[in-house]
Amino acid sequence: MIQLTNVSKDYETAAGPRRVLDDISLTINPGERIGILGRNGAGKSTLVRLISGAEPPTTGTIERNMSVSWPLAFTGGFHGSLTGADNLRFICRIYGVDFESRLQFVKDFSELGIYLYEPVVNYSSGMRARLAFAVSMTIDFDCYLIDEVMAVGDQRFRERCRIELFEKRKDKAMLIVSHSHRYLKGNCDRFLLFRDGRIEEHDDFDEVYFQYKDMMGEGFETKEQMVAEMK
Amino acid sequence: MVNNASEPVAATGALLHDSGWKVSRRVIGALLMRELLTRYGRNNIGFLWLFVEPMLFVMIITAVWAATRSIHGSNIPIVAFALTGYSSLLLWRGMAGRCIGAVRANTGLLYHRQVGIFDVYVARILLEFMAVSTSLVALGIAFYAMEWLPAPEDALKVLGGWLLLAWFGTGLGLTVGALSERYKVVQNLWPPLSYLLMPFSGVAFVASALPQNLREIMLWLPMLNALEIIREGWFGSLMHAYYDVPYLVVFNLLLTFAGLALVREVGVDTGDE
Repeated sequence: MIQLTNVSKDYETAAGPRRVLDDISLTINPGERIGILGRNGAGKSTLVRLISGAEPPTTGTIERNMSVSWPLAFTGGFHGSLTGADNLRFICRIYGVDFESRLQFVKDFSELGIYLYEPVVNYSSGMRARLAFAVSMTIDFDCYLIDEVMAVGDQRFRERCRIELFEKRKDKAMLIVSHSHRYLKGNCDRFLLFRDGRIEEHDDFDEVYFQYKDMMGEGFETKEQMVAEMK
Repeated sequence: MVNNASEPVAATGALLHDSGWKVSRRVIGALLMRELLTRYGRNNIGFLWLFVEPMLFVMIITAVWAATRSIHGSNIPIVAFALTGYSSLLLWRGMAGRCIGAVRANTGLLYHRQVGIFDVYVARILLEFMAVSTSLVALGIAFYAMEWLPAPEDALKVLGGWLLLAWFGTGLGLTVGALSERYKVVQNLWPPLSYLLMPFSGVAFVASALPQNLREIMLWLPMLNALEIIREGWFGSLMHAYYDVPYLVVFNLLLTFAGLALVREVGVDTGDE
């Protein structure tokens, strides 16, 4: 279980501190899939960073009784001058897992070929994303953080990512940030809508998406109209 | 294709719940290897600079000293003098320099629950210590083999002085490192400040060569105290060393506490990726 209690986060800006998250309480239970919606800059990624532990909250507490992944397919942890294989070796070392078997998996999954032994700076962004996703799949966590990554690679690669994530890991908890209604609706059972630094909980996707669209100024007259149009 | 899900998942999960100390040791080890690779590369040419730079310095100083022997007439073993002086400078300056901006350069790593800010500093400090120590020992042995350098008269004292200096470097590194995260200006101020301290830290003089009142002022500098210990250990019979071990220890303690307190306060904003 991951429990956030009265969590707030401020960022310093030139115009003074700005409250991005305001007094948020949230519980993530094992196996739950939580979809997150909100405008850009509404605090979705900030929440992911706080839960991953990359940043401490300004106030409030975060309790973790489950292991939490780094944001999936996150490329910021790679060192550009190291090869893909060396970056993987580093990850294996910090998590204390065997390297050789993971290397084989990453080779097969990322299909980077000889580029796995080239410095990451020489990768295209697509190659980097493929490496990142493959590396993310080498460590088993209780809870996965997924921040807008599924737009990665071609159709075939996305399909393999989907199998790896949602079929092989269907018993894991997940926190999914996405703008894609198909993606959220099919994969999540709880939804959070971000509004002015606060979150609203919803169980029904159509309801939350209707409100989200309304918030974005792309609202539909009625929910039924929206559902019909999404088909 | 290897099916990852069929691997011993329980073992992985268990490792994720290891005690803090065990995790820290593993993370620091991994960071060390990573820094080593990124700094020196896979080919060993990069690593060679670690030795070449101090070696050149020692040789130039020795050449100048030999050429002006008629003027100063001193009998201090110049190679030992130059080697201890320059290595000491490399040690405390390097440890502090490596810590500056260390966290900002590694924010991506903080997404891994395992990696803490403290680990990043410890890895950099350890690597710098090992690098400079290796270069000192290797050059010491090389110069000794060429009979340019006497063996240390009291190796334990040399080691003691070296460790005290490394401790100072650690405290200094944590302090300026943490300050540099909070105030970006520290990043710009540190190089000139360290250059300013350089001539006073004993690279080019022994304390006994200074007039008494100046010496007393200079000995407020912890790195000069440590260097005097190192030099006394190496060629003490040829010089009179001035140092104050309790002062050095107290200074180091306070600096380390200040550094640790500042590191705790480092607020990381990883920003928008």
